Amino acid sequence: MTEDAARSEAPALEMRGITKRYPGVVANDHIDLDLRRGEIHALLGENGAGKTTLMNVLYGLARPDEGTILMDGKQIQIAGPSDAIARGISMVHQHFMLVPVLSVAENVILGAETMSNAVFVDRHEASRRIGALAERFGFDLNPDAKVGSLSVGQQQRVEILKALYRDARVLVLDEPTAVLTPNETEEIFGLLRRLAGDGRSIVFISHKLYEVLEVADRITIIRRGRVIGERRPSETTEEELAELMVGREVELTVDRGESHVAGPVLVVEGLRVADDRHHEVVPGATFEIRAGEILGVAGVAGNGQDELVQALIGLRRSTGGKVTLAGRDVTGFSPRRMNEAGVGYVPGDRQRFGLILAFPVYDNLILTSYYRPPFAHGLIRNDSAILESAAVQIERFDIRTPSARASSSTLSGGNQQKVVVAREFDRELKLLILDQPTRGLDVGSIEFIHRQIIAKRDAGTAVLLVSAELDEVMEMSDRIAVMYRGRIVAELDGRTADKSEVGLLMATGGHEQATTQEEVRA
Amino acid sequence: MSGADKSHLPEARGQSAIVRVALAAAQPIAEPLVAILLALLVGAIGIALLSGLVPGHSALDVGLPIAAYGALVQGVATPNGITSTLVYATPLILAGLGVALGFKAGLFNIGGRGQFLMGAVGAMTVATTVGTSQSSYIVIPLALLAGALFGAAAGFIPGFLKATSGAHEVVTTIMLNYVFVSVTYWAISGPLALPNAHQPITADVTTRNAALPIIIPFGHDGHLGILLALLAVPVLWFLLYRTTLGFEIRAAGANPDAARYGGMKTNRLIVLTMSIAGLMCGLAGATTIMGVVHQMEPGYDTTVGFDAITVALLGRSNPVGVLFAGLLLGAMRAGAQTMQIQAGVPAELVDALQAIILVFLVINVLRRWLDRRAANPGTRSSAGVDAPQAAEGVA
Amino acid sequence: MNGIPQALDALPILGVIFQLLGYTLANLSYMSQTTVAVAVPITLAALCGVMCERSGVVNIGLEGIMLTAAFVGWIVGAAAVGLLGEGTPLPFFGVTLPLMIGLAAAIVAGMVVSLLHAWLAISLRIDQIISGTIINIGAAGITGYVYSLIASQSPVGAGQFAEYQVPKGVADLPLVGWLINAVLSQGPIGLTTIVIVIILQIMLFRSRWGLRTRASGEHPRAAETVGIDVIRLRYRNVVLSGALAALGGAWLTMEHTNKFDANMTAGRGFIGLAAMIVGRWTPLGAFGAALLFASATALSTSLQISPPTGDLGQLMGHVPGEFWEALPYIITIVILAGLIGRSIAPAADGQPYERESAT
Repeated sequence: MTEDAARSEAPALEMRGITKRYPGVVANDHIDLDLRRGEIHALLGENGAGKTTLMNVLYGLARPDEGTILMDGKQIQIAGPSDAIARGISMVHQHFMLVPVLSVAENVILGAETMSNAVFVDRHEASRRIGALAERFGFDLNPDAKVGSLSVGQQQRVEILKALYRDARVLVLDEPTAVLTPNETEEIFGLLRRLAGDGRSIVFISHKLYEVLEVADRITIIRRGRVIGERRPSETTEEELAELMVGREVELTVDRGESHVAGPVLVVEGLRVADDRHHEVVPGATFEIRAGEILGVAGVAGNGQDELVQALIGLRRSTGGKVTLAGRDVTGFSPRRMNEAGVGYVPGDRQRFGLILAFPVYDNLILTSYYRPPFAHGLIRNDSAILESAAVQIERFDIRTPSARASSSTLSGGNQQKVVVAREFDRELKLLILDQPTRGLDVGSIEFIHRQIIAKRDAGTAVLLVSAELDEVMEMSDRIAVMYRGRIVAELDGRTADKSEVGLLMATGGHEQATTQEEVRA
Repeated sequence: MSGADKSHLPEARGQSAIVRVALAAAQPIAEPLVAILLALLVGAIGIALLSGLVPGHSALDVGLPIAAYGALVQGVATPNGITSTLVYATPLILAGLGVALGFKAGLFNIGGRGQFLMGAVGAMTVATTVGTSQSSYIVIPLALLAGALFGAAAGFIPGFLKATSGAHEVVTTIMLNYVFVSVTYWAISGPLALPNAHQPITADVTTRNAALPIIIPFGHDGHLGILLALLAVPVLWFLLYRTTLGFEIRAAGANPDAARYGGMKTNRLIVLTMSIAGLMCGLAGATTIMGVVHQMEPGYDTTVGFDAITVALLGRSNPVGVLFAGLLLGAMRAGAQTMQIQAGVPAELVDALQAIILVFLVINVLRRWLDRRAANPGTRSSAGVDAPQAAEGVA
Repeated sequence: MNGIPQALDALPILGVIFQLLGYTLANLSYMSQTTVAVAVPITLAALCGVMCERSGVVNIGLEGIMLTAAFVGWIVGAAAVGLLGEGTPLPFFGVTLPLMIGLAAAIVAGMVVSLLHAWLAISLRIDQIISGTIINIGAAGITGYVYSLIASQSPVGAGQFAEYQVPKGVADLPLVGWLINAVLSQGPIGLTTIVIVIILQIMLFRSRWGLRTRASGEHPRAAETVGIDVIRLRYRNVVLSGALAALGGAWLTMEHTNKFDANMTAGRGFIGLAAMIVGRWTPLGAFGAALLFASATALSTSLQISPPTGDLGQLMGHVPGEFWEALPYIITIVILAGLIGRSIAPAADGQPYERESAT
């Protein structure tokens, strides 16, 4: 759409002076945002910048302390999601708001049921309408399939179908590409353009610069709850956006330095792992990591990385294959024996596996070593030794906590992760397994943790880095292994690997390389 | 992390450091106290409302609750009353520690009733079999040991079922209560019954060298078990906070996944914790039989199992808290007899009061009031009761 | 014909099993009727559990709700008799005005107790097991207190509902007559229960209420984002379902017997909870499981009323009566332990729901 055309009409939606405070934080500080008809408007900002809060305000999930919302120039009140839906606003949440045990049709109609009378749902009419919508926008979905059995990309389509079923005029997508392959990302971008062409307005929330530049008509940048600027993709660059987003010149790459690689430390041969439902999600992984190198595992989330890591650390039983650590067979070792064999582990879900939030910091620092001297003698704990060691680690790892006795739940996410890092890094290690070590952290903590990882590598530790952030894998790894459907489908040199090549391998496993590559480029 | 959680932090109230520290120190004690006072008030209203049903009183007699509570206090505030309080408190503290230990491990042990009864049966079994031939120096420790082991076995079963099949302990412990009630009935009317009695009844422990010696010279039944209960408090505290096993138990309760990563065998901890919990409840049963009841008839039953839940919740699952909660409830039970005799108000009032105390405790009136004064409408995520999120996935 | 059973008798175990089968067949009519009757309060408790847990609220206060309703129904019925006189029973289930007043009071009482649970669990987000436990302790304490206050006056309740008399022609039908007779020879609460099972089964899986309930129990946030008021829905389900558990309580004091005893629910609420789990959180499944548990009770009462003869009788003579009393509970534990893992609770069951997002 041209600029003149956009100016001639009132914005479809306007948010003025939106302010939302949480105790100790101003999540949104007088934010202004306008959205035009048929526009894809990107909301760019770091994790925690306040993008999601702003959209929750728009969707009635959070009540603003100040500010107004206007639709077609008229002020409106949005007290809850039903208000938003009634006004044609729909939201596709980052974590899908779908009920896995219900069918596609049930999920789509939920809350806006097509009824055959006052009590019963008209399932046939609902299926028919869903089928018609799916056909119109080119979705391939079976209305009777259970949502839990669908792929992530399909689930996202169900979410969009929900919005279309309610005839949404404003569609908000919160980090829609976080879980998608590059291929699926391209598809969703195509769909968004079609919806915008249909006259619908789209808010696209992201912190990925290149995506925003590719798909948006306009970009609003938010930092620490404030609007920092507005740009058009044609008038800006990745570097400028990054600076606006982060607030200072950022180094987009980590200085990983030279690696000094020695002999193999971890050798994995044909490791097979099943998931909780006894499906074999890792049908045979083979790779090795040498001392002093970082092996990054790239892959779309859900391709068996979690299970692989859990099997390596002993949290999950492997069903076959062999794992050797420094020449010693460690297949089937428990977490404790792995720990004692010199393996450190930073779990992907730190609040689930990494920390006991209700416990004080010092107890979390000894979670894996509480039974060993000097922290215990036989059955008896040695609290003075525990506190002494905690004080040293809090200092060395710059953990910001009022005291070692403070409950871990009072720490920020970055400091919680530093507790895990302090516990796992602060000893002689042969192997370090990192699962999403910087997910959801602030830039400062990310830098700190990356430096610690490099230092560990330079000290001769073999490092396995699993991350859903392709950028992190690209920046940190000496070698990159691409995981697809539970198999390592390719290994590349971390310094020469091309990002689009890795992305393609993540998406296809390398089988359809020839054809899909052209599609992506097209 | 929800920023709203910070709403009860002292800073938000803008009070001086001294007030802050004082409040922080007072809160764990003040909160239960407020709950108890409010419950007594509600109880008084209840007594007055139903006063017409008490012989010799008119409807809505405001004097009756005063008379009742007066009699209750009078029943406690004498040397004899203090002994009674300690006697009543003994099984409550022992079993309350058992339930509290379960809470720490994330387990909700409602099986105190069955474990108590099995402890009683265990002690009585020793008294019946060994008691005729051995001196009390041998019979008493042996009977206590048997009671503890029987109780531990009764706790082991639901722990084992949970660890191996995932069957939720809330349902299995309650089902087992009924099973153990039947087992107890059978034992008393069968193997443990006196051979020549007209009605099924067990031997009297005093005739079998199994009666606990009296250690308090005034009042009734001031038996050795009181000392055992008082000693159990520091022992359990040490176990929980100064040993690696206690660390494991607390870790498994607070976050089983992290505990597993930390190298702890969570299933084994479930079995072990439930067994220790059963052991404590079994000791409660054994000391009650050996120190107070002496002789069991078919139909012998106890309310200690459920009282122990109140004690553990009121004591915030902390052994020291359990001690005070147990003494409080023991005093109420001790005074209730006097109340029933002097004021005509049934002793069952204490059961009702317990539930009302718990309601006020979980509502946490004091905390809510302070939060409101903080003028910060932040949402509170949960009550301040130190108990597991046991509800998840029942069963 | 005679040779085969005699040969089988030679194999002691097989013989006893055959005799047990024969005994069961001979007493089938009695046992079926008892099974359905015993299953009624268990089923009603289980249905209450299904309604609560499908919406995401664990309710182990079933026992307390039943006990309160049983007591209130009975005492209000007694009071109504005092005020209005006994009234002449209608031929229709022996209904009298005091009975109906008692029944209504029982239902209201059950819903009030459920409201307390809803408030603690949903609004205050107290651990739901603790909330349910408080209700159980409170119900036992308060009913026990009031009961001991009035026990000296030994009041009589408002009587009890009469059983439906299956028409002779139907009961005499070949092959199925006995079964129809056994199932339908119930009081009004028993018969209503069977109807409620079917209605609830259809409603849960075909109606808008059912869809929204299931969504709230599985993924409340997803339900909230499409405009469903999860808090209100949970409140409504918990409070309404209280009426079902209350019916189970009323059955105890107004249909099964005409009197109240302290703690007379005797774990039926908890067995109902187990029936709900074994029945995989569906009304029909819960009913089936309740029938299974009840059949153990039916067998034990039958064995006591008309003891079998022969080898079986001798064998039974060695089994203490307490074993039969404990059997339903043992069966519950065994099935629960054996089935768990294959019976999956609603995903958000027991998790308090907080409306406002703070991120």
